[in-house]
Amino acid sequence: MGWTGKILRIDLTARTAKSEPTNMDWAMKYLGQRGLATKYLVEEVDAKVDPLGPGNKLILATGPLTGTAASTGGRYSVVTKGPLTNAIACSNSGGYFGAELKFAGWDMVIIEGKASSPVYLTIFDDVCEIHDAKDIWGTSVWHTDEWIMNRHQDPLLHVAGIGVAGEKLVLYSAIVNDLHRAAGRSGVGAVMGSKNVKAVAVRGTGGVKVRDGKAFLAATAAGKKVLQQNGVTGQGLPAYGTQVLMNVINEAGAMPTRNSRDVQFEGAHDISAEAMATPRKTDGKANLLTNQACFGCTIACGRISKIDDTHFTIQNKPQYRKASGGLEYEAAWALGSNTGVKDLEALTYVNFICNEQALDPISFGATVSAAMELYEMGVITKEMTGGIELKFGSAEALVACVELTGKAEGFGKELGQGSVRLTQKYGHPELAMASKGQEFPAYDGRTIQGIGLAYATSNRGGCHLRGYTIASEILGIPEKTDPHVTAGKPGLVKAFQDATAAVDSSGLCVFTTFAWTLTDIAPQIDAALPGGWTPEKLVEVGERIWNMERQFNNRAGFTAKDDTLPPRFLKEAAKTGPGTGLVSGVDTMLPEYYELRGWTKDGVPTNETISRLGL
Amino acid sequence: MLKALVIDPVKCTGCKQCEMACSYENENEFNVSKSRIRVFDFHEEGKMVPYTCTQCAEAWCQQACPVNAITTDAATGVKIVHENICVGCKVCTIACPFGTVNYNASTGKVIKCDLCQGNPACADACPTGAITFQDIEQTGYDKMKLWAAVAGASDHAGAKAPVAKH
Repeated sequence: MGWTGKILRIDLTARTAKSEPTNMDWAMKYLGQRGLATKYLVEEVDAKVDPLGPGNKLILATGPLTGTAASTGGRYSVVTKGPLTNAIACSNSGGYFGAELKFAGWDMVIIEGKASSPVYLTIFDDVCEIHDAKDIWGTSVWHTDEWIMNRHQDPLLHVAGIGVAGEKLVLYSAIVNDLHRAAGRSGVGAVMGSKNVKAVAVRGTGGVKVRDGKAFLAATAAGKKVLQQNGVTGQGLPAYGTQVLMNVINEAGAMPTRNSRDVQFEGAHDISAEAMATPRKTDGKANLLTNQACFGCTIACGRISKIDDTHFTIQNKPQYRKASGGLEYEAAWALGSNTGVKDLEALTYVNFICNEQALDPISFGATVSAAMELYEMGVITKEMTGGIELKFGSAEALVACVELTGKAEGFGKELGQGSVRLTQKYGHPELAMASKGQEFPAYDGRTIQGIGLAYATSNRGGCHLRGYTIASEILGIPEKTDPHVTAGKPGLVKAFQDATAAVDSSGLCVFTTFAWTLTDIAPQIDAALPGGWTPEKLVEVGERIWNMERQFNNRAGFTAKDDTLPPRFLKEAAKTGPGTGLVSGVDTMLPEYYELRGWTKDGVPTNETISRLGL
Repeated sequence: MLKALVIDPVKCTGCKQCEMACSYENENEFNVSKSRIRVFDFHEEGKMVPYTCTQCAEAWCQQACPVNAITTDAATGVKIVHENICVGCKVCTIACPFGTVNYNASTGKVIKCDLCQGNPACADACPTGAITFQDIEQTGYDKMKLWAAVAGASDHAGAKAPVAKH
C-alpha cells in the first residue's frame, strides 16, 4: 500500500544483491524517501565515516506516493554522507527514474561497499545484476544512457548515473537521470563514483496499489484542481518555469551577483524567462522550445531548450544542436548573474554540459564566481588557469571552465573542489559564499533575512530547498512577511523546514507547496497509506526528520559555530535595491531558532526534544 | 453518436497521468507498463506524443484473430478483446499496423484500448487537453477552427495557423 515493503541491498564488495523487507515501524515514523532513507543511513553508517570511502552508503529512495497518480508523484532522493559538506546529503530528483524504481518493486536501493573495478547496475523488477562498466567509464551521462539502452535492447529503461566528473570525484558532481534531471547537490555523484558505480538502470513492470483507491482518486483530483487554479503552479511555472523568479528577485534586490558583491544584476533581463521565450535576432527562434513535466506532474515547469546554431559554444559540436534540458532559475542565476555573464545561449550550453557530465550548476557557478574574484584580485593568474582569462562577465571563460570541470582536467580539477577548498587554498576563505561547505543558491541572505537563517541552519549546507521562505518573504505564500526584518523568521524557517522534510519524504515535489499546504497533501497520503496521516502528524514527522539529520551532523563534528554565514553577509551591506544597507541578522535570530527547535544554546537537541520526537 | 480519442501532441507535457489513469481503470493499480495508451518521448526534438488504438473500422487485429476473441461493440464501434476467449497467440499484435495491441505476460492475454466503455479515463486525467474525447465525425473541428480564424482575418490570409499550447 503506497510502500512496496521491499528494499534492495547491493553489496559491491561482495558483489551480491539481496531483497529485504522494509522496516515498517520506521516507515510509520519517517514516511519514506528522505526520512526513511536517512533513518537507514544514520542507523547503519558512522557519522564520522569518510564520505568517499567504502564505509559510506548510497541510498536511492522512493516515497510512498512515487509512482501513483498524485500530481508530481514521481520523485526519488539520494541519501548519503556528502563529500562536499561532510554532512548529511539528500538530493531530490524528478524525471521518470524514481517511478520506474517503484514499479520495479523497491522502496529503496541501498548501495554499500566498493566495486573492485567500474560497474553499472541493472534492475529488471526483482532481478538485479552487476555488470562490467569498462566500455562506458570515462564517458558522459548522455552517452551512458544511450549505451545501456542499446546494450540491453530496452528503450524503456530509465538510467541514473554519473559523468566523468563523478568518476573523478568532483565534490559537487551530481547523479543525473533521464538525461537532464538531477539529484544535484552535495556531491552525491562523487559518492557513486567512489564506489566505482557508473549508473543504475531500472525497468519495472509492477504496479503501485493504494489503501483506498476511491478516496485516493478523489483526494488527488482535488489536489490537481488546486494546482491548476493557483497562479504560480497553474500559470507561472508552466509558462515560465522557475525562471519566472529572475526579474522578481532582481527587482527585490536579492540577486546574488559577482560572488555576492552585488544584489542586483544589470543583465538579469537578458537571461530571464522572458528572454528565453523571445525569438532570437539571429534565427528568429526562441531559446525555449517547450515546457515538459516530470512523471505524474500536472505543473510541468521543466524547460526544453535548443541553442542557437550560430552560437560560438556549439560550432563543430553537432551533438549539442538538439533539444535538451534548459535553464532553471538556479542554474541561470549561478551560471549567469553570479559570474556576471548575460549570454543566454552560453548559459544554456554550460547547463547542457552540467547535465551531460552531471555537475551541480549551483556549486559550479558559485565556485567559478569565487575564482573570478580571486582572479580580479590577482591571486589567481592566467598562468594558473592554463590561459583562461577568468574575468567576471566572460562567457568564454565560463565555457572553458565547465568543459574542464566536467572532465576534472587542468584548472577544472581545482574548480571541482568547490569554493570553500579553492578559496582556502589561495588564502581567502572569506570569499566562499557557502555554509557547511556548500554554496548558496540564488537568493541573497542579507536582503531576505529568513532565507539567510535557512542557509545557516540547513542540514545539508547552503540550500534554499530545506526551507523555502522565499515563498512567504517574496511571493506571499502562504502569507506575506517582510523580507527585510528578522522578527518572526526563526518560526517561519522552522515551519518551512519541518513541512518540507515531510513533503520530501512522500514522493511529491516541493514545488506543489506554492499552492498546497499540508492540508491539501495529508488526505492524499492518508488515502494511500495505513496509519492515519494528518497535517499534524506530517509536521511531527518532518520535525523528527530534521532533528535526526541534525544529530547526525552533530556526531559528524558540526557545532553551533557552523550555523552561520560568510563575513560578506554579516559585514558588507547590500549596495542597491530596496534592501540597501542591510546585512544578515542571522546571529540575532539563532538563539530564538534554537529555542523553538528545543535545542540547547549550543545547537544540540535537548533530551526532552529527543524523547518528545521519539528519536 | 460515436466518439473517438483525439490527441494533440503539442499540448502533451509527458506527465503520464493518462498512463496511470488507464492502468488504474484496467488493472486496479498504477502501472504504466500495463497502460493501453503510451506517451513517447522524442527527446532530441523536445516532443512528447501520446499514442493508442484508433479503433479501426475494419480492424486487422480482429480479422487476424483465429478464435474470434475480438468483437465490435455495436454502440461504440470499439474493438473489444474477450479475455475468456483469447488464447494469447499474439497474431493480432503482428497484424495491427500501429502496434497498439500488446501482450500482457502476467495474464497470458492481449490488451488494447477499449475506450473504457465510453468514458476514457485517459482523457479525463489529461491536465492539458492533449487527449480529448470527441464526436468521431468532427475530430478535425479544432484544427478547422484555427484555420477558419486565419481565413476570416483577411489581412492575415496565408499566414500560418496559430498553434495552441498549454
